[in-house]
Amino acid sequence: MAFDDDLPLLSVDGLSKSFGATVAVNDVSFELWPGEVLAVVGESGSGKTTLLRCLGAGLPVDAGRVHYRRRDGEEVEITTLDEPARRLLMRTEWGFVHQNPRDGLRLGVSAGANIGERLMAVGARHYGKIRDEALGWMARVEIDRSRIDDRPKTFSGGMQQRLQIARNLVTSPALMFMDEPTGGLDVSVQARLLDLLRGLVNELSLSVIIVTHDLAVARLLSHRMMVMQQGRAVELGLTDQILDDPQHAYSQLLVSSILQG
Amino acid sequence: MTGDLNAPPMDGGGDNASTCRDDTAREIAASSAKEAKSTWCASHASRLDGYNFAYLDEQTKRMIRRAILKAVAIPGYQVPFASRDMPLPYGWGTGGIQVTAACIGPEDVLKVIDQGSDDTTNAISIRAFFQRTTNVDVTEQTADATIIQTRHRIPETPLSDGQIFVYQVPIPEPLRWLEPRETESRKMHALVDYGMMHVKLYEDIARLGRISTSYDYPVLVNDRYVMAPSPTPKFDNPKMDNCSALQLFGAGREKRIYAIPPYTKVVSLDFEDHPFEVQKWDQVCALCGADNSYLDEVIIDDQGGRMFTCSDSDYCAARRAKGFRGPALEQVPKSFWRNKEED
Repeated sequence: MAFDDDLPLLSVDGLSKSFGATVAVNDVSFELWPGEVLAVVGESGSGKTTLLRCLGAGLPVDAGRVHYRRRDGEEVEITTLDEPARRLLMRTEWGFVHQNPRDGLRLGVSAGANIGERLMAVGARHYGKIRDEALGWMARVEIDRSRIDDRPKTFSGGMQQRLQIARNLVTSPALMFMDEPTGGLDVSVQARLLDLLRGLVNELSLSVIIVTHDLAVARLLSHRMMVMQQGRAVELGLTDQILDDPQHAYSQLLVSSILQG
Repeated sequence: MTGDLNAPPMDGGGDNASTCRDDTAREIAASSAKEAKSTWCASHASRLDGYNFAYLDEQTKRMIRRAILKAVAIPGYQVPFASRDMPLPYGWGTGGIQVTAACIGPEDVLKVIDQGSDDTTNAISIRAFFQRTTNVDVTEQTADATIIQTRHRIPETPLSDGQIFVYQVPIPEPLRWLEPRETESRKMHALVDYGMMHVKLYEDIARLGRISTSYDYPVLVNDRYVMAPSPTPKFDNPKMDNCSALQLFGAGREKRIYAIPPYTKVVSLDFEDHPFEVQKWDQVCALCGADNSYLDEVIIDDQGGRMFTCSDSDYCAARRAKGFRGPALEQVPKSFWRNKEED
């Protein structure tokens, strides 16, 4: 079966997840097409991050199904996938960018090793080639190549975040999960990172699910948007449509809360 | 049993036979009890009073043998076992002596080495321990031994069929310094998720221009498990590959046993453009002139004088007995080597 661009890459159907009595994600369904960027927005505690973890980090779900179409065109069900297959997916076809780069990086080893780790995990055994690849990616995410042997703990927050993105992109994944990638960065660094992300997403035709509470980030990056409130997806549509003409009361509240400069 | 006044109070052989559930185990226990008793009678004067053969009780030995069997069946896999307190501190070879105690029989000939040498503290005390609790014959010659317990070296003389080679292991988990969570490192072994091992080697090359790990150099056993070969120098890694002897690893504090069965493939991890290499020296052994053995640097006076000698004392002595002489032999104070020469 060949890969068909007219079929969704990821389809989520009736996903629910509770922590004890707290319902974090409640019956969420959506589809993600190849090359599409979907922003998941909503206030703190609305279940955005839990949704992302259920999809991309192996958090067990209570109900619902998630189908992902692999590069070879075969469809797999994520929630029942066995651990080795899931880890392989995460190393080869997926990327996960954490809000805090320290969660996604190995701070004890150099930047080059951080970028090279995925390559080595999928069997690269040539030091020179791994290093060249790492240097190439450092340049692409605008980190000075001379810092390749420095540990990420000596990097600034923005550099760490860019390094984390490079580390995920090195095996050219098809789908990236991003959890507030610009959180905790100051505004100018945020702008630069968003610029970079937008460029990379276009260039590599990545599909992205990006969780953010910042509607400006959603407007800049995403094609479609999903608004979440108390674990439910209350509105799903084109980004500019939702931002300019929100239908649901909560979306209206969210949009009206944007600071007007 | 009750009438046998010679039987030591803790001799588990006889009592054990009545509690064994399966026939084979009962047979083994019975025969080992017979052997133990005959040895006991023969060597009443020299074997330590009040202890079972090889110190451990028979149930413990069974438990350890089971772990060893499992380890042999899954080369390189770390089998948990109920490690006992031994009469020496953790880090001195508690795992190794438990494995040796579970394997040793009255007919065995034991050799114990510590950093290649038969006459350092650790080697002497463990050898004395087994002499007193089993009264087996001991030797310093690699070829004569049936069981060799080692700390940090594999002898230069190739091991042969039928020998059991027991390593003392401080940290059995090769992923320990890369992944602190034991739950996660076990999962990584289960899923053959070994990318991190190469990250470590990458770091070595990035910082120092070469793989600087010189001991406890990680190996891949039987194309499946990454294994820590205990802190032997990487010089010894090639000897583990396709070795004729059975290699057993015991980690007492960490409560793990693992094994390499005879003639098993053992590959040291490396990069295509930075292949695995062993240490080299630009001189030969000062005493025996060997150019193919692992050399120790020995300080010989307080004037900065030093020399390089074989770390394997048996190998060095055997060469000297055959008439080989190292370049520096005449310059060394006579007292340093006289005893060995006269042996």
